[in-house]
Formats: sequence, C-alpha cells, structure tokens
Amino acid sequence: MTEPTIDEATFRALQEAAGADFVKELVETFLTEAPIMLDDLRNAHAASDADRFRRAAHSLKSNSMTFGALTLGAMARTLELGGLGPVQQAGGKPIVALGEEYARVAQALSERNGA
Amino acid sequence: MRESGHKGARLLVVDDNKVNRLLLARGLELQGHSVASAENGRVALEMLRRGGFDLVLLDMEMPEMDGFAVLEEMTADLQLRDLPVIVTSSLEGLDNIVRCIELGAEDYLPKPVSPVLLKARIGASLEKKRLRDQQKELVRRFATPEVAQDLQTSGFALGGKRVRATVMFSDIRDSTALVEALPPEETIDLLNTYYTLMFDAISGHGGIVNLMLGDGLMAIFGAPLPLADHCECAVRAGLEMIELVEMFGRDRVAAGKPPIRIGIGIATGDMVAGYTGTQERATYTCIGDPVNIASRLESHTKEAGRPILIDDATRAGLGAEIAVDALGPVPLRGKSRPVEVFAVPVGQKS
Repeated sequence: MTEPTIDEATFRALQEAAGADFVKELVETFLTEAPIMLDDLRNAHAASDADRFRRAAHSLKSNSMTFGALTLGAMARTLELGGLGPVQQAGGKPIVALGEEYARVAQALSERNGA
Repeated sequence: MRESGHKGARLLVVDDNKVNRLLLARGLELQGHSVASAENGRVALEMLRRGGFDLVLLDMEMPEMDGFAVLEEMTADLQLRDLPVIVTSSLEGLDNIVRCIELGAEDYLPKPVSPVLLKARIGASLEKKRLRDQQKELVRRFATPEVAQDLQTSGFALGGKRVRATVMFSDIRDSTALVEALPPEETIDLLNTYYTLMFDAISGHGGIVNLMLGDGLMAIFGAPLPLADHCECAVRAGLEMIELVEMFGRDRVAAGKPPIRIGIGIATGDMVAGYTGTQERATYTCIGDPVNIASRLESHTKEAGRPILIDDATRAGLGAEIAVDALGPVPLRGKSRPVEVFAVPVGQKS
C-alpha cells in the first residue's frame, strides 16, 4: 500500500496546536509559496546552482513535513542531501516526480480547506 | 526595563520561509508572547540592534545572511551576546548542530517544532536570561562600569596583571569629631553627598573608585582600562574634589553646619591590578608600592597642612600647566628611605 498523501495524525496535531482556522490560512500560504519554491528548484537545476538548489529543496522538505506530506517531504529531502549531481544524471526526472507529488499534495490540502 | 518573565516576553522569529515563520509565531503567541519576525539574518540583526527582545528563534538556512553568520555577529556584539538564541532548523548533520551550539546558541529544536518542546525550551531559556540579567544588574550596581565591562569581556579570574597606573587615597579630615557631633541619619546624608561629589570628579577624569571605607576612598587611574595620562587625570580629579568639597562646605556653613575638609594622596608606579578574594567573593584592586605611598601621603596631608600631596613619579607625569611645590624628602611610615613629596596648590584649574 502506498503512503497517504497527507499523514492524518500529523495534520490533526497541527490543527490542535495552532487552531483549525489558522491552519486553513497556513495551507493557503503554502499553496502560494510552494510553486515558487518548485520554480526555484527548477531554475537552480537549469543554472547548475547547487546552493540555491539545496536551499529550495530544504524549504520544501521543511514545509511538507509540517503538513504531514511525508512522501513529498522525503523526496525533497533526497534532493537536499543528494544535491544537483544525481538529479542532473537522471536528466531532471526527480524534479518532475517531485512536481507530480506536489500536485497530489496541493489537491489533498485544497480539499481539506473546502476548496 | 522590559519584563522578561515567562509570560509576555518579546521574541524574534527569524526564518526565510513564510509558512515556518507564521506557524512559529502563532505557536508563540498562543503561549502568551509577543512576536516579531524577520525573513533573513540581515533584517534580524537590524531589529535586534534596535533592542527590546528577550529571545531569538533562529533558522539557519537563509538567503542573504544565514543563521551561522547571525550567531557570529551576535557573539561579537556586547549588547547581543547574552541574548538567548534557540535554533529552529531542519538542518541535516550533527556537525551543523554542534556548530550552532559552539557559536553560542542556547538550544536546538528540529523542525517541525513540537509545541510542547518549544514551550519548555523557551521557558528554560527565558529563566536563564532572567538570572543572567539579574547577575549583570548586581555587577552593575556593585562594580564600576569599567570593571563590569572588563568582567564581561575577559571573564572573572582571580589574580592580577602588572600595570602602570596612578592610585589616589582621599579621606575627610577630623571626621571622628564631625561624625560625633551629628545624628547618624545626618552622617549618612553627609557621606552620600560627599561620595556623590567624589565619584563624579573621579570618574569624570577617567578614574574608578574601587574602595570605600567609612569616609575614605581609594581610586585607580589606568586600570582595568589603560589611561594614557593617568598622572594628570588623577591630579586634576584631586583638584576638582577639593573644589567641590569647598563648595559643599560653603553650603553647609550657610546652613549653620561645620564645613568639611579632605586630604588627598596620589602616587604612581608599577602595580598588580586584578581580582583578589575568593571564587565566591572578590574585589577589583591594586597592590604594590604606589598604593602604600598614596595612603601614607594622604595621612601626611595633616602634618604638611596641604590638601593634595603627590610623589615624584606622579609629578614627572604632569604637564607644565600644573604647578607643584617641592616639599623635599619626607620620611613616611613603612618606607625605609624618605620619599620626595610635592604639594599641588589648590585653586588651579581642574
């Protein structure tokens, strides 16, 4: 069985700690910010900017974990730790995969937000 | 002073990631703190230097100026070095965490930050800060600013270092008779006014008062911080002290009270300056021959009938515009050979 897109326990703990209404706003912020981070990641890859690449992956990892998007978080972590090299060797495929997983996460989060 | 109790502390959240920033700020606000945020290290330092914060929550990975650089700058800044910093980061690698702690971070919290851990760590950090602030306040009250600064930059260590400096002793003449004629409350008032005037004159010329004993005091010029013209500073301080005491005396006479007079002895030379005492209780002082000579010269002002007496080394360090009268060699108690003594005529410009 595949991992759920959003880990229920993590998301609920977040709502309990910060308040459900606040988490709605936070999700909106993430949905605005994450595409910028993904673009940053793609651009850093295109420009072979290892530092920027690592930083963008790091940010995505951190935010994904916050919402319980564990698969997305793990993928971002692999990019952060592995750096540009393996991604370039794989012809940028891991970035494409990351984008697809993000689309699933965005869909799941939007549904929770009642969009 | 800002209240830095556990409730209502003012915190700065530094993180380039908006989601992290909002979430952390929310958690802290729910705990009753007031929160400001900065999106990179440069902005954070600007805000911190404006003051008013009790604690910093610092991310490490940031563009423009990262968390490591912020920690380095804070450690080098006397105003910021004691401000507690909790690193909140999803940094990979133990060596990075170790580096944060080595750079002075109080604690490390991995992201996503657990609210329970956050509360506990912030509570502990604020408590430590409160104790440090209390300690600093005590040092400030019971030590001179120079000694306090020396302690803060070099730390406390018993033992001294060799310095060339000028020592001054000052005492109220006939204080026993004066005090006997006064009710105790009035004596305290008199001493407080007297000390206020003396401190003002001494610190105004770069000296520090390191000892107060009854109505006497000892001051050092040239330690713990070096002072280029310590001889002249001490003598000018002495002239100002006499001037102030005369003014004070005139006020007292106008109020129907007896005036007060003081005697001042000043000597210069090599001595050992530092902290003496025990690890628990110590005082900053100087030890060496000039200390003994200054004390004897102060006693000798009674016999000489001159309010300011200095030794030859102090005289040698004076500019031509300060006049002195040579009194010739004088045998001083505790000295095997007579000491060349000079009187500084009062009424010269201090």
